[in-house]
Amino acid sequence: MDSTELTGTTQPGLFKIFIVFTKIGLTSFGGGLSGWMMLEFVRNRRWLSETEFLSGLALAQAFPGVNVVNLAIWIGYRMGKGPGALVAVLGMVVPAMFVAIGVFSIYSKLARFHVTNILLAGIVAAAIGLSLQMGVRAARRAASSVVPIAIMVITFVAIFAFRLPLVLVVCVMAPVSITAAYLRLRNKTVAK
Amino acid sequence: MKDNLLIQILLLFAPLSFLTIGGGQSIVADVQRQTVNVHHWMTDSQFLNLFAVARLTPGPNSLLVTLVGWQVAGWGGAILASLAIFGPSSLLVYALAKLWERHNGALWQKAVEMGLAPVAAGMILASVFVLLRSMQGGLLAWAVALISGTVLLFTRISPFILLGGGALVFLCLRH
Repeated sequence: MDSTELTGTTQPGLFKIFIVFTKIGLTSFGGGLSGWMMLEFVRNRRWLSETEFLSGLALAQAFPGVNVVNLAIWIGYRMGKGPGALVAVLGMVVPAMFVAIGVFSIYSKLARFHVTNILLAGIVAAAIGLSLQMGVRAARRAASSVVPIAIMVITFVAIFAFRLPLVLVVCVMAPVSITAAYLRLRNKTVAK
Repeated sequence: MKDNLLIQILLLFAPLSFLTIGGGQSIVADVQRQTVNVHHWMTDSQFLNLFAVARLTPGPNSLLVTLVGWQVAGWGGAILASLAIFGPSSLLVYALAKLWERHNGALWQKAVEMGLAPVAAGMILASVFVLLRSMQGGLLAWAVALISGTVLLFTRISPFILLGGGALVFLCLRH
């Protein structure tokens, strides 16, 4: 699908950007959010081409910060520069924040009952499954050769088995891993 | 005392903002360690309640941090925790979005993307197992998480059905 020329023809206003991100923030139950965003921005609204969206997604995933919030900043920036990025993040986070606090305050009243806790434990266990499948997908994508697999395993063992603080683990592993990737890429380029 | 608490929330979450590589999942293990084991702001089961609500409600799952702030210090805590977790990384990504446009396709860009991927994967998986370890549900919890993860990997089923299914399984087997 070539929709490159569509970009720029639709320049939504700030209010429109805010509303669309609010809609995403309030309907995105349980994850899979980036797929939903792609549908909304590329297919339904044609604010971005597929290529533009995917490069934004790669950036959002590679850099520190919550994926979907990063992606909101990236898309918002494309739509309306600085103010666009700001309303995109606010639209995605603030209404959802009120919903979460609202649900939780009802929850603490219900938490006195035994049944509530059992139901909750079941939901938590299933929800951990969501993270598990994401971890498996991320691992599958990352496990391209021996070095990244080793880095993945060391990171896992350091946090889970040795219970080391995350900050420490990342500060050591990220530079090592990025350097290794850089050398790998450079060798490939030289070989060509 | 309360001000002190707010400052502690800010100091705790602002550095974590830079560590939320991947989804917000990667920091769950550390948020749990800090709030339960280090600061004793809540118990394991209270933390898991917050985790469940954050997963149940729409929006970024990192709203878990907002809920932690709310639980610890009310509205002020919620707002500060949100600013702390979303703010710093957002500013960084904003700056990078500009930089990215200028140097599209550079070697260092690919290296950073490739290099962070395995670290993020290790972190996400470790968070999963740390959570399961802290759960009271025992084997049943591991089984439900494993099944729900597997089903999601191979089907396009709505996660809501799985969350409901998890609740139902626990109700039938543990009540």
